[in-house]
Amino acid sequence: MKKYFTLILFNCLIISAINAQNLDSLLTSETEVEPEYATATFKSTRIINFQSVEQLRTKHLDFRIHHRFGPVNDGAYNFYGLDNGVITMSFEYGVTDWAEVGISRGSAEKTFNAFGKFRILRQSSGSKVMPVSVSAYASTDFYTLKRTDVVLKNIDRFSYIYQIMVARKFNESFSLQFTPTLIHQNLVKTALNPNDTWAFGLGGRMKLTRRSSFNSEYSYAIRPNYVGAIKTANGLSLGFDIETGGHVFQVMLTNTNGMIERKFITESAGSWLKGNFMLGFNISRTFSFKKD
Amino acid sequence: MKKTISIISVMTLSILSAFSQDLFTVKSGEVSFYSKTPVEDISAKNKKPVSILNTANNEIVVQMQIVNFKFPNSLMEEHFNENYMETTKFPTAKFNGKINEKIDFTKDGVYNVTSTGKLNVHGVTQDRTITGKLTINKGEIKLESNFDIALVDHKIEVPTVVFAKIAEKINVSLLLNYVQKK
Repeated sequence: MKKYFTLILFNCLIISAINAQNLDSLLTSETEVEPEYATATFKSTRIINFQSVEQLRTKHLDFRIHHRFGPVNDGAYNFYGLDNGVITMSFEYGVTDWAEVGISRGSAEKTFNAFGKFRILRQSSGSKVMPVSVSAYASTDFYTLKRTDVVLKNIDRFSYIYQIMVARKFNESFSLQFTPTLIHQNLVKTALNPNDTWAFGLGGRMKLTRRSSFNSEYSYAIRPNYVGAIKTANGLSLGFDIETGGHVFQVMLTNTNGMIERKFITESAGSWLKGNFMLGFNISRTFSFKKD
Repeated sequence: MKKTISIISVMTLSILSAFSQDLFTVKSGEVSFYSKTPVEDISAKNKKPVSILNTANNEIVVQMQIVNFKFPNSLMEEHFNENYMETTKFPTAKFNGKINEKIDFTKDGVYNVTSTGKLNVHGVTQDRTITGKLTINKGEIKLESNFDIALVDHKIEVPTVVFAKIAEKINVSLLLNYVQKK
């Protein structure tokens, strides 16, 4: 009799144990395991001047206005550079989640630019582990400024840019991107300049609050170019990203007024130490054409 | 004596199997929310909610991954995850409760139900009683519900600059189709 009793008790225990398993563990087994992709490695498709690994999503249009004032060392007469400025406006579109195209027009040298950016790898953890995000970028620009010093064929006005972007979001607040770059100019402006310039970009993002971050980037050209007889400087830019709903606002201090790769990597001679840096901003407004 | 043991064992097994028969899981479901503001309408859909309904004791658990809420505007989605819901810190939302009404789950019909339990959103748990409608049809159970979540109840902060864009109360709709767990 005692045996039966023990058995019943034992069985009751099993039943209550299964009950106490509480629907929670069952729920866990019901949940699909998915890779967790890193989001917002950077807040915008630009770190400051450099393109970032962020892609526009499918059917999203980004209208951007980039503006750089004149150099601070222009002095009080030019209101420390604020009297002057160059502007670039662009339309960029996400064809798919991994392919983005864009066109822009810049006031500097009256330049047109077209680009494509393609995601190759996406950083993820969870069921699929990938330590970095990688994108490939190709761009061409065509300047239409009239030149009286030389007779140019149209093809002479083209340059081509190729980049591979490798980025990692280390934690919630810190991301880093390394960007090897090749710039080919069909016709360089002085005999001192190479047609092919190899360069590297290093850019970082440090989140300050939930809606703002501090960004910086450095560009290093392996062989410096010349503007006239002046050797170009490597680019150093420091800035803040501020996001307000549908906009991202980037404000920066930079020693280059270039907003396309050819200009900010090979045609900037500004020296931070001599006060040859300027204030600038990027405004990005994204529109979605995605239904549902 | 052997007989008695086997009878007890069979009884236990039948209770166990009855228990698993009482469990229902989600075949398809959708949780969506909508907020109308003067500037922009905000809406998102999560098509991957998981839930278990125990018809033996009326227990119900509903859980979803915040990251599975999809917005028409991806920038909004990013803000939602990064700024409002802090998804990396609080990846899931969950309701854990009991259906208060006595329901015969074997009988087809439509029942208005209430469920009392704990709602966890953004890491903050609130005691809630949520109303819903149960439709039982040929062994399948459909659960529909519509309720409000006040942002302040779950410590979801909205910056004053964008305040006009987000209502203080978000209306949530839920639709779950259950089938018996195999």
